[in-house]
This record gives sequence, C-alpha cells and structure tokens, in this order.
Amino acid sequence: MTSMAPAGDFRTAYRADTTIFPTRNARLALLVGLLVLCAAPLALGRYELGLLIAIGYSAIAALGLNILVGFTGQISIGHAAFFGFGAFASALLAEHHVPVPLAIWGAGLMTAVVGLVFGAPAARLKGLYLAIATLAAQFILEDFFARARWFSGGVAGRVTEPYTLFGLRFDREETYFYIVLAHVVVMFVAAANLMRTRDGRALVAVRDHYLSAEMMGINLAYYRTLSFGIASFYAGVAGALYAHYLLFVSVEAFNILYSIQFLAMVIIGGLGSIMGSLMGAAFMVLLPEIVQSAADLLAGGMIDRVLRLGASISFLREMAIGAAIILFLIFEPDGLAHRWRMIRAYWKLYPFSH
Amino acid sequence: MDTTLLFQLVLNGLIVGALYGVVAMSFVLIYKASQVVNFAQGEFLLVGAWVCWWMLTHWQLPIWAGFLFTLAFMTLFGIVLQVIVLRPLVGEPVISVIMATVGLSIFFQALMKWIFGVFAQPFPPIFTVERVHVLGLEVQSVYLASLGVSALIMLGFWWFFTYSKHGLAMRATAYDQQVAQSLGVSVPKVFAMSWAISAVVSAVAGVVVGVVNGVSSALSFYGIKVFPAVILGGLDSIVGAVLGGLIIGVLENVAQYVDAEWLNWGNMYQIAPFYALILILLIKPYGLFGTRNIERV
Repeated sequence: MTSMAPAGDFRTAYRADTTIFPTRNARLALLVGLLVLCAAPLALGRYELGLLIAIGYSAIAALGLNILVGFTGQISIGHAAFFGFGAFASALLAEHHVPVPLAIWGAGLMTAVVGLVFGAPAARLKGLYLAIATLAAQFILEDFFARARWFSGGVAGRVTEPYTLFGLRFDREETYFYIVLAHVVVMFVAAANLMRTRDGRALVAVRDHYLSAEMMGINLAYYRTLSFGIASFYAGVAGALYAHYLLFVSVEAFNILYSIQFLAMVIIGGLGSIMGSLMGAAFMVLLPEIVQSAADLLAGGMIDRVLRLGASISFLREMAIGAAIILFLIFEPDGLAHRWRMIRAYWKLYPFSH
Repeated sequence: MDTTLLFQLVLNGLIVGALYGVVAMSFVLIYKASQVVNFAQGEFLLVGAWVCWWMLTHWQLPIWAGFLFTLAFMTLFGIVLQVIVLRPLVGEPVISVIMATVGLSIFFQALMKWIFGVFAQPFPPIFTVERVHVLGLEVQSVYLASLGVSALIMLGFWWFFTYSKHGLAMRATAYDQQVAQSLGVSVPKVFAMSWAISAVVSAVAGVVVGVVNGVSSALSFYGIKVFPAVILGGLDSIVGAVLGGLIIGVLENVAQYVDAEWLNWGNMYQIAPFYALILILLIKPYGLFGTRNIERV
C-alpha cells in the first residue's frame, strides 16, 4: 500500500476498487483524527462538547437516511418520527431494567421493525408517492407519541436513565462524548462495509436503474424494504443516544421540521456519500449557532432594533435551514462531500490540473 | 343517531372540503404543468392571507382593493419563485425538486412568523349578517360565502382550461412538452404561468380561511392536508382533486364525530386523512381518476 494516491486510475484488481482506505495516509489521517477527538474533552468546554455530541447522534441518523435516500434512491420525510421512536423505545427498555448499553441497540431493532411496517408501501412505491406515504407516517407516529402514555409519557414526556457501563455513569458531556464517539465509529464502519457487500451494491443498483437491477436478479421489493429497515435502525440508535444524553424525551421534539433537517443534512452533505453524512450533520448542527452569533454581533445596533433579531432568533434559524437547503440545491447539488473531493483532486493533480 | 347533526357535519365537511378542493386543484395544476410536487402550497395560502390582512388592517384599504392588490402580489410572487428557485432545477432528480419546495415551505413559514408574529389575527368583519338558515340548518354567512367562492374558482378553472388560449396551451404542455413546443407554445412561460395561477388561487383560499378563522401559521397545514385529497383523486386529475378534497373534508368531520361518540382517541380530525392516505397508497395508488402509469414495479 502506498502512502500517496497516484495522479490517475491505475487499479488492476477489484479489491483495490472496494477498499475503504486507498492509501496509507488516508488511514493515518483517520486515526489521527480519532485521537484528536478523543482528546477533545480535555480542551473543550461543556457547551462545545454538547454540540459535538449533537453532531454525533445527528450524523448516525443522517447516515441511515443517506443509505435510504442516497444509496437506494427512496425518499423519506418521516425520519424524525423513527428517531423519536428509538428515543422512547430505549427509555422504555431501560425502565424495564434492560441495561442502557443494550437498550440502545434494542431500541434500534424495535425501530427497524416499525420501519419495516411503514416501509411496506416502499416495496411498491417510489419517488414522490413514497415521499407522501412517509409524510403520512410522520403524522401518524407523532399522533401515536402524543396518545400512548405507556410508551412516551404522553404530553408530559419521559425521563430516561443515564448511560451506565461496568458501574461507571456516563451522564456528563465529558464522559458521554466517548459513548457517542464509539457509536459513531461503529455505525460508520458498518455502513462503509455494507456498501462493499453484495447487499450494498444491490441497493445502489436499485437506485441507478431499477429495471436493470431486477433483470440482474435483484429482488426489488426485498431491497427497498431492507433499506427502509436499515435506515430505521440507524434512526433508532441515534434517537436512543439522544434520549440518554438529554435524560428527558418529550413528544414535540420529533416534528416534521426535524425530519426535514435530517433530509437537509443528507443533501448538504452529499447524497450517497458516507463521510458526507457527517459533514452535513456538522453543518446543520452548527448553522443555528452561526445564526445566533451573527444576531449577537448585530445586537443593540440599528438593524437589530428595526428587525427585532433577538426576539425572533428561532424564526431566523428556521429561515436559515430553508435557505441553506435551497441554496445548496441550486449551487452545490452534490453537497459538501463533492466540494471536498474537488479540493483533494486539486492537490492530487497540482500543478497540472487541466 | 341524530340526523340533523349528521347533516350539519356533512355540510361542514363539504364547506371545508371545497376549500381543500380548491387548494388541491392549484397543487395539481403545478404538478401537471411542470411535474413539480409542491410542498409549499400551504405557504401560498399563508402569504396571501397575511398580505391581504396587512392591506386591510394596516393600510385600511376597502376589501376589494386589498383583495385585488393581494391577487397582483401573488401573481408576481408565484412567477418570481418559479423563475428564481424552480427553473434552475429543471431536469434534476425528483428528490431535489421536492426538497427545494420543502425548503421554500420552511423559509416562508418562518418569515411570516418573523414579520407578523405567531398569534392568530382576525380579519375586520366583512358580513353584516352573522348567520343564516339553509334547509333548517344554521350556517354562518362566511361559510356560505366561502362555498360560493370555491364554486366560482372551480367554474373559472373549467372555463380557463376549456376555452381560453392560455389554458389550452397549458393542457398541451402537460400532454406532451415537445409537441407543444413545436406548435409555438413557450414552455418556460407556461411553467411560470402555472405557478402564478396556483399562487393566486391558493391565496384566495387563504383569504377565505383567514376571514373565517383568522390568519395564523395554521393556514400552512392546508398544504399538507392537500396530499390525501390529491392522492385520493389521482395526482394528475383536476376533477379528482376537487372530489378528493370534498371527500377528505367530509371524512374529517365524520371521523371527528365517530371519535367523540365512540372511540375517544382524540385528534382524529387531524389524523384520519393520513390513515386514509396510507390505505389509498396501498390499494389504489393512482387514485380515482389518475393516469395509471404510476412508477410501480
């Protein structure tokens, strides 16, 4: 294995094409990045760590949605409902004396089952019909959360257990950060490897040309439903991590706006890109912070007084989300991952980029 | 069972359903002309109602002047949206276009909250007589007027697409873009026009709802309620959209009655259409009048 990528495509074996790390430097960069992240709690405050945790669980959910939308070409506008289902399911399991580390994965499995139920139309539908079906799933699940007191605690919400492992409590940002980091690494490695298997390639084939895929012997209904199940599993695990971080889950958090934010993460990060899901999640978590600091910068000035920036900061955040989606779709439809590839290609080909 | 109550419920359902039908019609108009699924349809109602409310309360315009101004504004609004946001996305995959309209929806919902606040605002009273009796049932006169406006809009649509030159051009474009182009129809103009008409018609519905219930961000929920209606009627059928709207309106009210009498689940008024939506998608995804070439394998 070489340390630098050659300035052209010289692969001769199929294995070289499916490898996760094309060069030694790529693997080193990832290890160094992980080490830096492991040291993050030493350097950062609780607030910044909270943001990193939010990026972590959002990235897991976004990755699941990317497997569904980016790799399989199915649209889901109900991802936040599955995320919320995972949060409540994990809280419920923990309350019935399931250890929290297991409850998180159990919640993922339960959410996957619910996802398969709502994914049943996905076996028959695609495109905008599926989008509308998942929109209905969003409202039906939201209504279920509000109504089922045994499950979600109703309108009052539900208190969750802190994460404990071998007698250690992970209930502060400094410690819970490592839990989220570990889950992120496991889920991302799993997804990267899934895409190298027959099943992963089948999903991509379904996206690229479903008729050809069917002719090659790929069972469309099976893979479309499977993709829904995987996406729901990721959403469930992410929701469970969210629940045990906040230690309190309430119904109104999982509305359609949150679903749209997950879709925005996938689109801004880059459809069909695994690292793009992480970039998109980071962008969407940090966007409200940027809006907030921009408003703080203008606070007290003329603009602030005329436009009432401070009082309407939540609307400004929503507007920023909407504007970000539209601007990315028009000007950078392949997302941040594409931009990153362009930057890499520039250095790879320097100084003969043309 | 109390028959008067049932009649009252069905009548209420028809009144609300007619409005759903109008919104569904303008949704189908955009879908037919430019194959765009518009998730921002509810925001047309919202923007239109707020603009009209602003004209009537802040500038103290008479109702007809404020209404005409709203229509002119919405025409421009629809065209500008189409040209700036949707035109660059022509030829992009379905999900990009859907997401663009979803982005528009969030953006304008938040913008309206920012400008006008989160509280419902009542329109100045327009009718002197509060309520009238029809067939032994008591009906508020605003409801009757709303039914009349809905019927008028539907009649207008029928005339436009059967007799006017532009309407025929739009139908030709929906049928086959290349043939329409070769006959001298400007397809970009048709796209822009469909968005303008859709925005105007939705805004009229928005003003009507605003007069009845007051203007608030709840108006944008009409844009979501439109999906059960159009899927029931068939995504590309204007007649289906009207019928779907009426059925969904009646279904809502009857579901609420059944819920209050026997089930006691609560919130059925909002959720019943979505259960219906899932059922329709499973059984008959192309709806009552839709073309059958739905993408299904």
